[in-house]
Amino acid sequence: MTTFPRRALLASAMLAGLGLSAPAVARDRPAGAIRVSDAWCPPTPPGAPTAAGYLTVSNQGREADRLLGGSSPVAAQVQLHSMTTQGQVMRMRPLTEGLAIAPGATARIQPGGGMHLMLIGLNRPLKAGERASVTLDFARAGKVQVEFLVRPQGEAAASMHMGPHEHMDHMDMGGGR
Amino acid sequence: MRRLLIAGAVAAAAVVAICLGLMFAQLRSGGAGGSARIPAKFELIDQNGRTVREKDLLDKPTVVFFGYTFCPDACPTTLARLTVLMKALGPEADRLNVAFITVDPARDTPRQLKQYLSAFDPRIQGLTGSDAAVATAAKEYSVFYQKAPLPGGGYSMDHSTAVYLVDRKRGFFEIVPPDEPQDEQLQALKRLLGVQRA
Repeated sequence: MTTFPRRALLASAMLAGLGLSAPAVARDRPAGAIRVSDAWCPPTPPGAPTAAGYLTVSNQGREADRLLGGSSPVAAQVQLHSMTTQGQVMRMRPLTEGLAIAPGATARIQPGGGMHLMLIGLNRPLKAGERASVTLDFARAGKVQVEFLVRPQGEAAASMHMGPHEHMDHMDMGGGR
Repeated sequence: MRRLLIAGAVAAAAVVAICLGLMFAQLRSGGAGGSARIPAKFELIDQNGRTVREKDLLDKPTVVFFGYTFCPDACPTTLARLTVLMKALGPEADRLNVAFITVDPARDTPRQLKQYLSAFDPRIQGLTGSDAAVATAAKEYSVFYQKAPLPGGGYSMDHSTAVYLVDRKRGFFEIVPPDEPQDEQLQALKRLLGVQRA
């Protein structure tokens, strides 16, 4: 191990000592074999009862795992849903079995990708620039806390949103990184 | 009895799906063809408590889509997109009626719609009403919707996500897929405005 991670660790520890969280925490969150990155929520309109959550989950371990759902102080419930569109009719369904992530696989839960995390019963609107803390629940890895960055979707991402042709096939379950 | 009801619901859903499919096939491939049919005989309430009938909407070329505020991604994304398109049209957008009709009137009261829509273009009308009133409006647009339970006692709504462009003379003018590139959607709105002017 080089000195860099150790220095980073030290810096985190110092920040933690100061009562601050490291700003990069949402970008890469190692939790044993599970690594969560690019966790974000679109900002919500006033009075919106729900928010979507998107993230990338990599299973770097040797055992299959399963994302089941989560919990958050900003919402009453956090659920994992599939989204499908057929004949322009959109359907949202709970992924009751969770999302299986094979060893070495990466699941990308992103707009137009046929899935989302849904924060239900928001306590307050999510504003761009802030972070929403979500504790993800994995069958094997257990609880993994992730800070979701609240940010607008961006036009590049928006153009691929809600594609009726884009479903689960966008998930890279085959391994790689 | 229960089985009959379910069979009926499934059959009705299938009919709506087939109609939608046909409308898409015709309108989208045929370009600005339009169908003579126009939505008729509905009466809803806007976010300020005012009654809005089909003829109130049709006094201008209309842009209508159905959704609900509990929807976490499709509906706010379409509202955000319409806001961008209306901004791009500038004052021309004043010549449109743009309406968001809820498929979830139980939760989407006028007050809820008003609060929610404050994040988007102020010219967007939010429409709700009784279950029967919303069902009538949805039928006029051949829009399918259906409640689907979620764990924990809540529910989502399956619903058609398309954006309907309607002209009072030419009826359903175009049906715009919500995921179409922004520029193509803008061109569709301009076509709608052009038709009304002629």
